[in-house]
Amino acid sequence: MGYALTFEGLRDLAEGAAVLGTGGGGDPYIGRLLVEQQLKAGRTVTIIDAAELPDDALVIPSAMMGAPTVFIEKLPSGAGNIAALRALEAHLGRTAAATMPIECGGLNSMMPLLLGAQLGLPVVDADGMGRAFPELQMETFAVYGVSGSPMAIASDHGDTGIINATDNRRMEWLARAMTIQMGGASYISDYPMDAATVRRTAVPGTLTLARRLGAALRQARAEHADPFQALAAALSGTLYTHGLVLFRGKVTDVDRKTVDGFARGHVTLADLADPRDQLEITFQNEHLVARRNGRVVAIVPDLICTLNSETGTPVTTEALSYGQRLTVFAISTPDLMRTPDALDCFGPTAFGLADPYTPVEHLTAVP
Amino acid sequence: MRVGIDVGGTHTDAVLMDQTTVVAEIKTATTHDVTGGVVTALRRLLAAGRVDRARITAVMIGTTHFTNALVTGRGLAPTAVVRLALPATAALPPLVDWPHRLLTAIRPSVHLCDGGHEFDGRPISPLNPEQLKRVAAAIEASGIRSVAVSSVFSPVNTELEEQAAAILRAELPYLHISLSHQIGRVGLVERENATVVNACLRDLADDIVEAFEQALRTVGVAAPLFLSQNDGTLMDADHCRRYPVATFASGPTNSMRGAAFLADRADCAVVDIGGTTTDVGVLTGGYPRAATGEVDIGGVRTNFRMPDVLSIGLGGGSHVTHALGYRPGTEYGPNRRQGWCGDGRGEADRHGGADSRGEADRNGGADRRGGRDRHGGSDGYGGSGRQGGRDRHGGSDGYGGSGRQGGAGRQASRDGLAVGPQSVGYQLTEQALVFGGSVLTATDLAVAAGLADIGDPALVRHLDPDLVRRGIDWMAARVADLVERMRVSAAPLPVIIVGGGSVLMPAELPGIPSVHRPEHHAVANAIGAAIGQIGGDVDRLFAITATHTREDVLDQARTEAVERAVAAGAARDTVDVVEIDEVHVGYLPGNAVRVRVKAVGDLDLARHSRTEEEPQWVTP
Repeated sequence: MGYALTFEGLRDLAEGAAVLGTGGGGDPYIGRLLVEQQLKAGRTVTIIDAAELPDDALVIPSAMMGAPTVFIEKLPSGAGNIAALRALEAHLGRTAAATMPIECGGLNSMMPLLLGAQLGLPVVDADGMGRAFPELQMETFAVYGVSGSPMAIASDHGDTGIINATDNRRMEWLARAMTIQMGGASYISDYPMDAATVRRTAVPGTLTLARRLGAALRQARAEHADPFQALAAALSGTLYTHGLVLFRGKVTDVDRKTVDGFARGHVTLADLADPRDQLEITFQNEHLVARRNGRVVAIVPDLICTLNSETGTPVTTEALSYGQRLTVFAISTPDLMRTPDALDCFGPTAFGLADPYTPVEHLTAVP
Repeated sequence: MRVGIDVGGTHTDAVLMDQTTVVAEIKTATTHDVTGGVVTALRRLLAAGRVDRARITAVMIGTTHFTNALVTGRGLAPTAVVRLALPATAALPPLVDWPHRLLTAIRPSVHLCDGGHEFDGRPISPLNPEQLKRVAAAIEASGIRSVAVSSVFSPVNTELEEQAAAILRAELPYLHISLSHQIGRVGLVERENATVVNACLRDLADDIVEAFEQALRTVGVAAPLFLSQNDGTLMDADHCRRYPVATFASGPTNSMRGAAFLADRADCAVVDIGGTTTDVGVLTGGYPRAATGEVDIGGVRTNFRMPDVLSIGLGGGSHVTHALGYRPGTEYGPNRRQGWCGDGRGEADRHGGADSRGEADRNGGADRRGGRDRHGGSDGYGGSGRQGGRDRHGGSDGYGGSGRQGGAGRQASRDGLAVGPQSVGYQLTEQALVFGGSVLTATDLAVAAGLADIGDPALVRHLDPDLVRRGIDWMAARVADLVERMRVSAAPLPVIIVGGGSVLMPAELPGIPSVHRPEHHAVANAIGAAIGQIGGDVDRLFAITATHTREDVLDQARTEAVERAVAAGAARDTVDVVEIDEVHVGYLPGNAVRVRVKAVGDLDLARHSRTEEEPQWVTP
């Protein structure tokens, strides 16, 4: 059971993770190189389904926290992520049977693959965000009652700390403060849980989904096929039931500023044939809401992905610039991310948006 | 008077300029013997201009030698890499993503050492002199003479790289040392890569610069020598010995700046049409807009500043296909470039591109250049000679990412008519209809439409006028579309067209307010070299604190940029800050800001490069 990740599979997964990053999540390039180094050294990344683990098997996720700008300069030692896991294991007095991502979008899709290769731990094919989100409490794990604490945090030096916060939001605050002291980037292991809880609370199959999305883009390019049809086809039969093109156009305005450590702003696209037909996306690291001529057509937690219109290559919020030809592709989130509790945690109100959540497939349904 | 010389793969172009007037222009074959080619060019130029060599005040040379060396893997020196970072970065040692052929060429000796800084300037670990002495011993034992030194967050704090260089130099005084903070910006993998590229070119840089200087001595020109950099500014000869990597992509940059100068425009799009490709770039304030993001040079990912150039496979030799003749699934030619999309972030894509650019492609490109230049030289096909030698290589093949693949070139119109991306390349004079060949090329359309006088017009009289008109319209629409994509604001951009293939374009382009085709456009590249100014850049993270305010930070960055420009040879009283860009860094406390400042000034001819005092860490 499970499967070993190949070099090609890894590259596909990295690109698919960038799609699931919905404009944010950090560039998976460094993460991909880290995992490639492991594969070149003869180590293996084994991706398993949560069902393959006994109910009481301990799963400890792995992630990096902090600024991608730091991460691309102060590259990982390869010890910090292990130190975080070991610290949490020691604190719990138990050994992890597997690791998993807390975030399948962007850079953090790669971190558990690295840890899994380093330690020979299988990586559970699931995560707690189903995409990228900016904060640690924005997890389906949290929504369905799992405590992020105790959480371990480690630096490249091997310093570790255990955070036992009273709630997951406070855990995020405390961990962020330590992350700054650790140099702006840290390695964390949080939301330790047994396999039965993973099956109950995680978004399943997201690593394989990312790999399939990346493979679909790769194949579409090779065959000069439409990358967006390829993405939609790759989504069919998954929990992410709808993948649809919201808009094709040209970037006519980008307004971006950094507020409270977040890249906030909006981007406006205009239809090529009819410039009056416009789509505006508001983002905070990740894309939050898309409005076509003032009307909401997709809103968080549904995924709003900006992709190069020709190649389907994901374009992050920081890379947006005037004149780009982009296709805005929406992906519906799985049902477990759309419950009232889930929307309280990472729906529109969690980002200060006044618009109510409506599933993207309803917003765009032809009346 | 200034001399501008463009040494391309096959042709060397030279111009003599008196202030803003082109006094003479010539075109000669590039020779294997570097000195000989420049000597010939200089002599012919002085003869053509009837100017005494004593009146030459400066010689500016743009060259592709260093790019070619990296692309072919020839002439690269064995290189050591010292990274100051431990315990950080251990999981990703230097050069992990380099193509095998380059690793074979530079046989690197890699050393991970203590050192490095955090983003806010705190040390990661202190420098360990004993460790560096052991590294020096290992470098000596391996017979390596050039070393690249990188340190984490050295763009924020340069001192560890400098201290490490001093220790290494004390052990091995002959060592060439390239420091990463002098070469790149934040992004360790990319900055370190560019530094290693520079280090492995150091020996070659000594040879090439010496060959140029020898040429000047042979001709009896006493004026100082300058070389074109990728951003359109100049560096003196000694700077070039230390930073040969800065010459990368100077070809397209010079071409753009030369075009803008000829047309007297500071803000415009430049369309450079050669035999196989069309490159479009944008000038802002007289300088090319830099590409954002990572740039792939010869398969190596860097964050070097490169001009943002968009390319499609459309040129004078492009095949015209229609109806059944067109195969939409066909690969691009040598300029196929999926390595990097300026607006994309796809890792797999980028990496795939690096792998897909094989040696054969590049060699193919080189072959085509040869032929087109010959053609250019023989029958007045304008600037195609210049284009071929350098822009093809620089803009398309050598750099995966300095340009972007336009992509639109392969979309046929509804009736199946398309031009390019296949090109007859150097075989234009054999295969094009106007030369008695059997391939319908873009040049044939231009001749049939009366836009160009090349070959025998009688040989294209039979062409269906409707086909000719649609073909010309199609090409004009493609080029207009490229220009449109390069715009960064809603304001329309005037367009300057240069290059031998510029005859393909009608007098007006759809949706574009004005189109200029300036005189001397065949040597726009050499003119770009001749008009170069001196620049200084700062691009790094600053920490804003209560005692070091935002205004202090900006002042500091401005001052540093001006000092760098002066240090590089600019006359202090002419230096202006031409660009300030401030980016706040996410997920960090509100005090981290990345500031980019660029200062530019006129060349200070009173100063001679060789008499300048060298910074202590530089190899004499």
